[in-house]
Amino acid sequence: MTQPLPAGTVVRVKLDWPELRGPVHIRTPHYLRGRRGTVVRYLGEFPNPEDIAFNRPPDLLPLYHVSFEPHTLWPSGVSGDEVLVEIYGSWLQLEGA
Amino acid sequence: MSVIETESTQLLAAVRQILAAKSLVSDQEIAERIAITDAATPGQGARMVAKAWLDPAYRALLLEDGTKAAEAAGVMMRGMPPLGVLENTEAVHNLVVCTLCSCYPRAVLGYPPFWFKSAGYRARAVRDPRGVIAEWGTVLPETTKIRVVDSTADYRWMVLPMRPAGTEGWDEERLAAVVREGDMIGVTVPTIG
Repeated sequence: MTQPLPAGTVVRVKLDWPELRGPVHIRTPHYLRGRRGTVVRYLGEFPNPEDIAFNRPPDLLPLYHVSFEPHTLWPSGVSGDEVLVEIYGSWLQLEGA
Repeated sequence: MSVIETESTQLLAAVRQILAAKSLVSDQEIAERIAITDAATPGQGARMVAKAWLDPAYRALLLEDGTKAAEAAGVMMRGMPPLGVLENTEAVHNLVVCTLCSCYPRAVLGYPPFWFKSAGYRARAVRDPRGVIAEWGTVLPETTKIRVVDSTADYRWMVLPMRPAGTEGWDEERLAAVVREGDMIGVTVPTIG
């Protein structure tokens, strides 16, 4: 097993739209696709809900609390505030690596 | 007839029968789960909040491992998603939403209130949190940052609000009585009087 990403790692949510390719069950909100965030904490490993929903044997995925800056998400977002979301490791890319 | 058109009580009975026949879930387990769900109310979360306000060790446990803290307060957490608790301070105010559906810490807060599941709350809380809580009469100091917690996956999140001024010397029961479900979601803050 690879080491989970440490807190402070800068990541980008994949700019991907699997819903365009067929039936899916996705826990990564649309408004975060392609957005940059920072890992706040590792929450543990969980079976991939994208598999469970279709009764496929699920992969175990690392789950992270990832922090986003509201002004990078919404025109009206307040700089200095925060949006904190659980994102599975399969949806995260390292930023600037 | 399709599954969608089937009468719901008949469908439920059929599914339960299949689950029992396959030894996946017994009637007793279903009855036990219904009893736990029905027993869960915001009063349980409020009791945990009051305990944390009085007992620094319990507060530390609550913030470190919400599931353990709930169990320590007598809440059945078996089979429930892990519970995380985020603390409100002068510097940060937490607001919980599930933009995708209605993820909610049912074990400690019971059924989610109707508005928590509404498209309006889900769409607006994450974009305009200050505007949303202002409609609840909650106005934060300019210097307090707001953290929207979009609860979309395997954890369930509860807010530990700040203890209101004027409650010095109160016991756990009296403190728990001022904590409402909205305070533990973050749309409101506990007030007295």
